[in-house]
Amino acid sequence: MKVLIPSPLHSYTGGPRVEAEGASLAALLADLDRRYPGIRFRMVDEQERIRRHMRVFVNGDPVFDLAHVIEPHDEVVIVQALSGG
Amino acid sequence: MPSRLVLLVATRKGAWLFHGDSARRSFRLDGPHFLGHIFNHVVLDPRDRRTVLAAAKTGHLGPTIFRSTDRGKSWKEAARPPAFAKAADGKGRSVDHTFWLTPGHASQSGVWFAGTSPQGLFRSEDGGSSWAPFSPINDDAQYREWMGTVQDGTPDGPKLHSIIIDPRDPNRILFGMSGGGVHESVDGARSFAPLIAGLEVVEGFDRANATFHDPHCIRLCPSNPDRLYQQNHCGIYRLDRPSREWVRIGKTMPKRVGDVGFPLVVHPRDADTAWVFPMDGGTVWPRTSPDGKPAVFVTRNAGASWQRQDAGLPEKHAWWTVKRQAMCADARDPLGLYFGTTSGELWMSGDEGRRWKCIARHLPEIYAVEAGELA
Repeated sequence: MKVLIPSPLHSYTGGPRVEAEGASLAALLADLDRRYPGIRFRMVDEQERIRRHMRVFVNGDPVFDLAHVIEPHDEVVIVQALSGG
Repeated sequence: MPSRLVLLVATRKGAWLFHGDSARRSFRLDGPHFLGHIFNHVVLDPRDRRTVLAAAKTGHLGPTIFRSTDRGKSWKEAARPPAFAKAADGKGRSVDHTFWLTPGHASQSGVWFAGTSPQGLFRSEDGGSSWAPFSPINDDAQYREWMGTVQDGTPDGPKLHSIIIDPRDPNRILFGMSGGGVHESVDGARSFAPLIAGLEVVEGFDRANATFHDPHCIRLCPSNPDRLYQQNHCGIYRLDRPSREWVRIGKTMPKRVGDVGFPLVVHPRDADTAWVFPMDGGTVWPRTSPDGKPAVFVTRNAGASWQRQDAGLPEKHAWWTVKRQAMCADARDPLGLYFGTTSGELWMSGDEGRRWKCIARHLPEIYAVEAGELA
């Protein structure tokens, strides 16, 4: 499936649009980490919590649960919440 | 082996290296590295003099460690950055940022230590690529109580810092926690014990409880590893082991300046000499140079007296803050001293503080300055 990656993570992916697989958000992020080592820990902490300023949208809806089921044709958008200075 | 002086400057918006000429008259700027990343510490490995570790995060992304094995020319991310063990109950802590990096003992090539926020102690055995929790303290009930909560810590998070390895014995390890006190191990970190006797705490709190202690910066004297100096929230102290009682040597500072500050630097060859950068600890704790008149203070007699060193620094209207990792010395003779301000200025003295000059202006907020000798 297509995954849109925010600019702070392009150093891992090389660009904004990548392909990854997974039947859940957790599996998708694990696949992203296999393809782009290190990227997952920048988004999800060691207690399996999505980091405070990271947001994931599936087909336009916000998702906060790593167990969320993802279908093969879903569109996943990862963004960073704008804040700070 | 010939060496080249380098200053490793960690800022809120990236890392910079400043390469000095042999006379320390001019510095070549190299950076920014990772513009926009928040760097709390960038450290050169004194054992190989080519490996550099950098503790990084951004405002949005999680923490990591960047490594260079070619003197900062190229970087690679750590394979497994410091992270706490996952808790089964879902209430475990997560590392917000790595705050402090310390190379291991000279005999332990590739070993590094990291201190984090919230307080955690981590170790790498492969030159900083893979990190694991080190010692029982991270999950020890008593230590967790002493660490307190986020509300007990410094405004940008409670921190474990000042990780010190005794150059005579890799099994003697010390660290400080803000808050949480000073702690020492003599068995290779299998166990730690508080080392807080003699230290004062904020009025109204129990000084016997490590929770209420806030060491800002602890330094061991390389020329006499039994001697420690400490800049604390509540003054400047010295400890001569085997005594366990810290002595407040800041009381000999001028009253109008006081003995509050963050950094402390020791002379690598003279255990009686140390420098501090006093800050205003009055009212709401501005943490700026008292009266807007920045100055370094030096003791040449282990704290019996202090002398002001401000030649070359602004005479007034300079409201500087220098953080605990943002002041350091090189190992040359005469000794070079360096500090960076939160207003982005980098200053040096090539004569042990007698005269100061500005090396760089307009950098981002400086969090740490380290000096090293590149191979």
